Amino acid sequence: MPRIGVFICWCGTNIAGTVEIEQVVNAARSFPGVVYAGDYRYLCSEVGQKLIKDTIKKENLERVVVGTCSPRMHEVTFRKAVAEAGLNPYLLEVANLREHCSWVHKDPAEATPKAIALVRAAVSKASLDEPLTALMLDVEKRALVIGGGIAGIQAALDIADSGYTVDLVEKEPSIGGRMAQLEKTFPTLDCAACILTPKMVEVAQHPNINLLTYSEVEAVSGFVGQFDVRIRSRARSIDPSKCTGCGICYEKCPAKVPSEFDMELGKRKVIYVPFPQAVPNIPVIDRENCLYFKRGRCRICEKECPAEAIDFEQQDEIIERRYGVILVATGFDSMDLTGYGEYGYGQHPDVLSALQFERLFNASGPTAGQVVRLSNGRPPQRVVFIQCVGSRDIARGQNYCSKICCMFTSKQAILLKEKLPETEAYIFYIDLRTAGKGYEEFQRRAAEEYGVIYLRGSVGKVFPEGERLLVRGVDSLSGRPLEIEADLVVLAAASVPRRDAPELARLMSINSDRYNFFDEAHPKLRPVETHTAGIFIAGACQAPKDIPEAVAQAGAAAAKAVTLLSKEKLQSEACVAKVDPARCSGCLHCEAVCPYGAIAATETEERVRGELLTRTVAEVNPALCQGCGCCTMTCRSGSVTLQGYTDEQMLAEVDALCLQR
Amino acid sequence: MIFSESYHRFIDELKKNTGQDPNQCYQCAKCSAGCPVVAAMDLLPHQVIRYLQLGLLGELEESRTPWICASCFTCAARCPRDLDLARLMEGVRLAVLRLREGNRLSPADLELTPEQLEKLPAQALVSSFRKYAK
Repeated sequence: MPRIGVFICWCGTNIAGTVEIEQVVNAARSFPGVVYAGDYRYLCSEVGQKLIKDTIKKENLERVVVGTCSPRMHEVTFRKAVAEAGLNPYLLEVANLREHCSWVHKDPAEATPKAIALVRAAVSKASLDEPLTALMLDVEKRALVIGGGIAGIQAALDIADSGYTVDLVEKEPSIGGRMAQLEKTFPTLDCAACILTPKMVEVAQHPNINLLTYSEVEAVSGFVGQFDVRIRSRARSIDPSKCTGCGICYEKCPAKVPSEFDMELGKRKVIYVPFPQAVPNIPVIDRENCLYFKRGRCRICEKECPAEAIDFEQQDEIIERRYGVILVATGFDSMDLTGYGEYGYGQHPDVLSALQFERLFNASGPTAGQVVRLSNGRPPQRVVFIQCVGSRDIARGQNYCSKICCMFTSKQAILLKEKLPETEAYIFYIDLRTAGKGYEEFQRRAAEEYGVIYLRGSVGKVFPEGERLLVRGVDSLSGRPLEIEADLVVLAAASVPRRDAPELARLMSINSDRYNFFDEAHPKLRPVETHTAGIFIAGACQAPKDIPEAVAQAGAAAAKAVTLLSKEKLQSEACVAKVDPARCSGCLHCEAVCPYGAIAATETEERVRGELLTRTVAEVNPALCQGCGCCTMTCRSGSVTLQGYTDEQMLAEVDALCLQR
Repeated sequence: MIFSESYHRFIDELKKNTGQDPNQCYQCAKCSAGCPVVAAMDLLPHQVIRYLQLGLLGELEESRTPWICASCFTCAARCPRDLDLARLMEGVRLAVLRLREGNRLSPADLELTPEQLEKLPAQALVSSFRKYAK
């Protein structure tokens, strides 16, 4: 039996307020193998750590048990302390006396026996602890950024500026994302393109950035420092080395389809660049709609292209590359509003989503910058904005507040007033949320300077009346039902995750919340990390956010990524699975369930009745294994063990917990 | 005035009778915006909920609104808080009737389980409570 030392932490009153520390210490002294038991007010303090280190030496301890907060908080601290005293750091066990005990109990009469049981379990496990050694792994000095919106662009630039190579993957033919679709940005009314396009150009010109547009991530395997990623770069049907970006091809193309960039309001050609400032300025052929690909005839673009850059035979390119870190910045979608029949969206051309309305202001938009009614092409005299469409709606929409709508609605009302000063603007809001630098002032300017009329209330129905739209609503402050004859109705649609976000989360083994926004590792202290080491998140794929926040988060995520890339070696997980080949039947169920691709078949030789036989067994690659334990659950012969959490150790814990009080 | 003991008793009763919690409402007033009979009401539908939140029961007793409500359920269909105001209105009517006349028959007299009670149309119950003496 190894010599075990037990240290109980008071955590101020966090543990000591509910758990009788003295009783726990006294009980611990009687546990098998325990040669020392003590307590301290704050074990995580330097003095507390010194107590552990000194006692290890003085009492010749071989195993250490601490009864403290959750191992997620301070396991690392105590492992280091133990290692500094010369013990293997994996000879430490943590009994969680705070989150699992004192914080969830009120009565010391209940909490104290539970604390004693938890310590007894940890002691039982500790007596079976074996020293473990982590591998030191290489770090591939290359980063992958997924998503070329403002967050992805900023992150890619920051990582590239630190001297590391970055591959920036964007699904669309151009980078720019949602911000490229905006006319102006709040609260400064900067022209969005004017501040975005210099960054887009910088990406294109940066020697450390490798831009992969019209491309998607198809598979991710590996682990922090060594992610193996397969990227499909879709065929543009254009040879980028020949294309000069002259634009004759899309001028001449005879086929038109609704433009995704203009939110389906305008049309684009089938060979196209999404918008004039696109980066790269190389068109793509939308093969689904191209007359040649559909019917085998046309090829007008090929005939007209002076650079002979059109290549109908071009194939998708598969790129397989290794990355040290991955940064996800896939952004958001505007919620589909077809479920809101009372607003007439999709039924009347003058009912628009906010992102559609934004496109009307843009010089290269569907109306060439004219703010007009799409029904008759005339400028509107009265515009009604409705906020919280889909947001804060637990019945038909999203429970959360989309955060940006109060501000972009005020912005659009101001833009409208700038363009058409005589036009009336009404905004139906439920609550005005203008927290942010200069935001409240901006909203007040809309109301006071521009004469935008804010109505606190909702709209029940929008329906055509003659040429106009009748908006039936209520002003809840005055308690008056209102009827407004409007020419345009603009709906502030909720921000939702990209439709393919769940798929991407699965590919990368990262967590999502109930809405499919990617989850950060800790809501306060690890806001840009995910639970998967080496994968970071930035921008609106994590939660709705505005441009300054997305940019700040991108910078933070880039800094975290660079911190990893700058390391020569990374320590791997020491608690990894191990196969006993003598017991393994080679069924390879473990291989099928392993989320990290860490298990593979191998051959083993054994002598049966004097004959040398070769058979298949499973083998764990300790560099890939993350110690999740799925394989141990699946193994039918019990031949896979998770080191540090062996069956014997777990059962010893259970036995200890089941002992009579 | 508000949040008295009688308020809490009333609200608990209302929640039990209707299965709706007025505090779930954030006063967007979409119910009032879409109500087809709002023109005849003295209190707007969202104001009824606000009065419930504030415990202004006396005012509700005086209001025409709960009796104007046609239970068309437009409000319930559109409420972003998934609150069924038509049911709440029914709850208010029931409470007012009890305040005025008391019950001649109590729900307990029916010897039904809460699950069975829930399935019965509330209006039918109210009228039978009033009609039939013990």
